[in-house]
Amino acid sequence: MSTATETPVADALCARFEGVTPRPISKDSAVTVPASKLLEVAKALRDEYGFEILTCVSGVDWLGELPRFGVYYHFHSLSHKSYFCVYADCQGDDNPSIPSLTGLYPSADWHERETFDMYGIRFDGHKDLRRILMWDKYPYHPLRKEFPLAGLETELPAPDIAEETKAKVLPAPEQGGPFIAQVGPAHMSDREPSGLDQSWSEKRLKP
Amino acid sequence: MALTKKEMTLGDVALRSAEAESELSGDRMILNAGPSHPMTHGVLRLVMELDGDTITKCDPVLGYLHRGSEKIAENFTYNQFVPYTDRLDYIASPANNVAYAIAIEKLAGLEVPERCQAIRVLACELARLASHLVGVGVYGMDAGALTVFMYAYTLREKILSLIEALTGARLTTSYTRIGGVARDIPEGFLGHVSKALNDTLFDIDEIDKLLTRNKIFVDRTEGVGTISREDALAYGLSGANLRASGVDTDLRRDNPYSGYEKYNFEVPIGTKGDCYDRYLIRLEEMRQSVAILRQVIDTMPEGLWYNEEAKKIFAPRKREVLTSMESLIQNFMLTTQGPQMPAGEAYFEAENPKGALGFFVVSKGGGVPYRLRVRGPSFSSLSILPKIAPGHLFPDMTVILGSLDFIMGECDR
Repeated sequence: MSTATETPVADALCARFEGVTPRPISKDSAVTVPASKLLEVAKALRDEYGFEILTCVSGVDWLGELPRFGVYYHFHSLSHKSYFCVYADCQGDDNPSIPSLTGLYPSADWHERETFDMYGIRFDGHKDLRRILMWDKYPYHPLRKEFPLAGLETELPAPDIAEETKAKVLPAPEQGGPFIAQVGPAHMSDREPSGLDQSWSEKRLKP
Repeated sequence: MALTKKEMTLGDVALRSAEAESELSGDRMILNAGPSHPMTHGVLRLVMELDGDTITKCDPVLGYLHRGSEKIAENFTYNQFVPYTDRLDYIASPANNVAYAIAIEKLAGLEVPERCQAIRVLACELARLASHLVGVGVYGMDAGALTVFMYAYTLREKILSLIEALTGARLTTSYTRIGGVARDIPEGFLGHVSKALNDTLFDIDEIDKLLTRNKIFVDRTEGVGTISREDALAYGLSGANLRASGVDTDLRRDNPYSGYEKYNFEVPIGTKGDCYDRYLIRLEEMRQSVAILRQVIDTMPEGLWYNEEAKKIFAPRKREVLTSMESLIQNFMLTTQGPQMPAGEAYFEAENPKGALGFFVVSKGGGVPYRLRVRGPSFSSLSILPKIAPGHLFPDMTVILGSLDFIMGECDR
């Protein structure tokens, strides 16, 4: 803890670990860490620099760049009243993976499950890596950049109910889903009679 | 030999139940509560494994209120996302608005004038009062004290009227803009707040009298759902739940934002971290909120309620759009492309009623965030359930859930 009060944590980490670089784009104090050093850095942050809380884990998808996926970790130190951000690129682009921090910070458990759910990033060493917000058999990872905002058509989680009701998850209209506009039973276009309109039928009563 | 009811002694009853217990032991029951259950205050589903009445395992199932706010944020401009922040912690919308605005201002490097800061503190603390009143009221109802709920909701109604006078809406306020607030405080508003605060203190005392020394309430909450200091830190708890476990922290005091450093207030700290402590903390925080509000009213600075430099972010007024060419162009650009932000990354956490609400923005420039992460405090508060629930009786679960004061809107996002 003594070093942390003297020099900024980012400088100390960069000097101490090989491959750790400062992250000037960030407005907070932040470093980029290779995935292989992530556990060591997190352990040092917790035990030596007094960052007791892992507040936030956010995945990110840099579509079109390599490596494609990355994860941000935000640490909070109550004793130093400061925040610290660690960014790590994931290994592998088709099946991205990164070491899990659940062994060090139990709060990473649900955050990592959510990141897995939303981006499909695997956290090596996570004991219970299930989806958390979407249902277990959901086929997509919705926060990936190629996933459309309106969603994609999928089966509902309960097959027996879906079979009986023929219900499905449908995308929103502007993304190719059906745009269902109900006209009537009482609509002004029906009630407005026109003298030229002779198309009355049994279905369409005389106004 | 069958015993008649009269002949059965207490010993016989005990013997019988002991026999029945040995027959039943080893059988665990899976009990599903929710997603729509009065205990869970929203759409949380708990899959619990019970041994008799004792919980042996608890697995919360989330996602029933997942609306994809983070995906929406990546497709909307910075200004367009403000109404979506209302729907995170929908009981304390103004506080969410402020947290979001400060996060984006941090990214853009904007400072807001003192008056704007004071107005934001005012909105935040009103929101805290409203939220804690619901928290305490519903918590009392969970423990069987329905009257407290009525008192709390009556008082909340007065607070909501104030919020309505300030923002124009009771729940979905959308009050802040990036670099300011939507409009100045209305005339005579501070007087109304001041008057309402006197009633507020009185009503808080009523709730205090009804619950704090209520034998039933204390019996049900004391020593139940104890969270140790270490666990609270490890699971990332924040706000009142963390303070109840004896951690002396408050972002308003330790990492002051929006001018909180100008106001004097005390931070209540719990000793045991049980459900009763969490109730006491919330009650005391309401009194501190009243103290902060009084200081805000007394020291409300004069000036603008938005940053002059942020004019490129604010939509111009309607009459200016109709008369001035520049304003028309600006309005057009804001609507079609959004306010232009520099590239960068910024993380900001605000002390919301439910805990530390964090916004993490990644910008590659332009009017739309590349990535916006919402760190919901309720998400972290609930993640401790599988740890603390085992060993408690099933009826204790109601109290534990009530004491954690979570809200599914920001848990599922």
